[in-house]
Amino acid sequence: MLGTGIIKGLAVTAKNFLGSYHDPKRMVTVEYPEQKTVLPENYRNFPFLIAENAADPMGTLRCVACQICEKECPPQCIIIEKSKDKKPDASGKMQLYPAIFGIDTSVCMSCQICVEVCPFDAIKMDKVYEIATTNRFEDLFLTRERLAKPNSYYHEIHPLEAAEVDGRLAADRKAAEDKAKAAAAAKAAAAVAKPTAPAAAPVVPAVKPPVAGGPTP
Amino acid sequence: MIIAAANSYLERAPLEWRDWAVNLLPVPLQWLTHHLITIVGVLAVFGLFFAFTTVAERKLLGRLQNRLGPNRSGVPKFSILPWHLKHKLFGLTQPFADAIKALTKEDIVPAAADHVLHFLAPVIVVAFSLMTFAVLPFGRNIIPVDLDAALLYFFAAGAATELAIFMAGWSSRNKYSLLAAMRALAQLISYELPLILSVVPIVLVAGTLSTKTIVVNQGFWTFGFLPHWFIFTPWGAAGFLIFLVAALAESNRSPFDLPEAESELIAGHLTEYSGFKYALFFMAEYFGLTALSGLGVTLFLGGWQAPCAFLEFIPSYLWFMMKLVGMIVFFIWVRGTLLRLRIDQLTRLAWQFLVPLALLNIANAAFWVLTSHWSGPLQLVRWAVSLAIVVIPFLVMGRSLTAGYAPRTYRYAP
Amino acid sequence: MTFALILIAVLMLGSAAAAMLLRNLIHSALLLILSWAGVAMFYLWAGAEFVAFAQILVYVGAISMVVLFAVLLTRQNQVADMLIEPATRLRAISAFTVGACLAAVMASAILSSHFRPPAAAAPATDVKQIGLDLMQHHGAALLIVGVILTVALLGATVLAATEAKRNREDTP
Repeated sequence: MLGTGIIKGLAVTAKNFLGSYHDPKRMVTVEYPEQKTVLPENYRNFPFLIAENAADPMGTLRCVACQICEKECPPQCIIIEKSKDKKPDASGKMQLYPAIFGIDTSVCMSCQICVEVCPFDAIKMDKVYEIATTNRFEDLFLTRERLAKPNSYYHEIHPLEAAEVDGRLAADRKAAEDKAKAAAAAKAAAAVAKPTAPAAAPVVPAVKPPVAGGPTP
Repeated sequence: MIIAAANSYLERAPLEWRDWAVNLLPVPLQWLTHHLITIVGVLAVFGLFFAFTTVAERKLLGRLQNRLGPNRSGVPKFSILPWHLKHKLFGLTQPFADAIKALTKEDIVPAAADHVLHFLAPVIVVAFSLMTFAVLPFGRNIIPVDLDAALLYFFAAGAATELAIFMAGWSSRNKYSLLAAMRALAQLISYELPLILSVVPIVLVAGTLSTKTIVVNQGFWTFGFLPHWFIFTPWGAAGFLIFLVAALAESNRSPFDLPEAESELIAGHLTEYSGFKYALFFMAEYFGLTALSGLGVTLFLGGWQAPCAFLEFIPSYLWFMMKLVGMIVFFIWVRGTLLRLRIDQLTRLAWQFLVPLALLNIANAAFWVLTSHWSGPLQLVRWAVSLAIVVIPFLVMGRSLTAGYAPRTYRYAP
Repeated sequence: MTFALILIAVLMLGSAAAAMLLRNLIHSALLLILSWAGVAMFYLWAGAEFVAFAQILVYVGAISMVVLFAVLLTRQNQVADMLIEPATRLRAISAFTVGACLAAVMASAILSSHFRPPAAAAPATDVKQIGLDLMQHHGAALLIVGVILTVALLGATVLAATEAKRNREDTP
């Protein structure tokens, strides 16, 4: 019958209207800035540097200024300057640290390549989208003071990723420790066995084969 | 009960206040003051009504579309006051913000435009839309001008607004505006006929063109709770449906908003209008809608009559307003639901469907009047025949006009 | 009372004259419509409300649309509206002569007619009375006019219907 389609349509919109008062599926508005949408786990927007200790972010950066991310960044928005001295990292080894680490957010395209190539899990993707500023050049260039955020923050924004990274780093550290312990044990065993053997064995210096590098790609 | 309600203080209040104000002045000025108070009253009430219709429409459309409407405009911070109202008042002050925006926008008139006509068009359209309010009975004895030929006056004033739309389209000196103005004119003329023809049965049955008398004729209740509104008769219901469709088309409102839709020739005949003139066209459209809704309430829904005898303690003007709001909410609901019609679909609907049905409805009302002396079981026959005259052609024409078109199948991407 | 009448007369005659004198065709059409509205005002002044509203509804509402559509759909040239031939002296003399003769005829007709003051009270201009008059005294004329209008309406509907049948293929 003519008109049944119209009546069905009116019923649908009436359901929408009445549902918008009590059913969250029928009211999709998020009243920003009082309410914010829950961002998905894999959302990413601009990188940040991880610091192990929240109390001393500048001193406990995982970044060792290897400059791999600076070279791999497609729009070349990362600026790194190595420090002159060394600081101990989380496993105690003395490492360089970046004296200057800057990301130009007006250029950065959040492609995540710097994260993928970092061998130290020092730079990860953040979820900030409210960094608009009135100063076009100075305030859009984030220095390491603004980029350094603690590991606990990383757990907050990317829980699964952070758990995986921490697990991996802990496992690596444990493997390194075990290896060191095994090497030390082997050395100790060798040192114990050494005085029994004659001490006049000529030490043949191992000849290092030439570095077969070839033309660098 | 009826007499008690008709004399209650609330019911008589508007007229008594007006008479009191008029009597304060000397006799030579009294006629002028009487009519000035009426005019100012109508303008104030319906001006505010227009303002809140715009915000109600936006919020209602929002809820129909699963979103919130505007809810951010509170009260501006006046620095002279020591306090500031932080609550946003649910966005109800939005129309005042819109008014300030429209007033302070730059008024751009194309250099080649016909300045006199370009200026006159919005003025004429608002003037004639407002003039139609003069014959609507807002309450018992509350009617600005009591004319004998009130309905004819209403349609005459409404017809003059079409001229203004042509003037708007032509004076912009823009090919597309002119084309859109022609299409708007075609739409308006096509739907004048169903609009007026759907009202003729009422005139036939009530025997008068005066809106006041038509409302009074709808004032009885069977068993105290069944009102005698004309919509509860077969010819009245059919007439009301045709009137609804024609009223939507006459005020250029979705689904007939081809003249002013954004995807159609930009804004149609309103393309070259900006700032306050655009707001005036907008206002004229809403005034036209309110006036037509008011006419529909008057003719079909019993005007200021209460639906049941014991609800008469609510003053008559409040009943009129409630029914008016109901009709406008229905129009907004229809706007949020239906798709826009093309110009050829529009005109086909008017000429091939609505006009024949409206003519048959007149015959139906004539039958009703001629058989008004039937009583008892013949009443049922009367109702059955009347319903048949309305329903059977509707079904037959519906089927024959959509013959050959298969139901629409929707294919979605997998 | 007469001041209102003079004002209405000036408006009517002025707009009609301006409609003839202006070069822009659309302006002429709109001023013609204004003179029709002036006629409606005259009816209102004379107390004939029904006729006044009918005048606005029919002339300003519908016939004006017809005139404007006709003007717009047959315009050849936007800029040069009409080629007005040059005014020679012969044309001026003949125009003046014809105008003077017409004015003489009309003046003599008006001056020689007797306008009686209304003896009886004005007839009832109730809409009901008008309806009864139309149906009873002028029933035949009303029926003929009704038949003509119905034929026109049916013709319009048939035109619209047959137009649709021809274009059946390309409309959904």
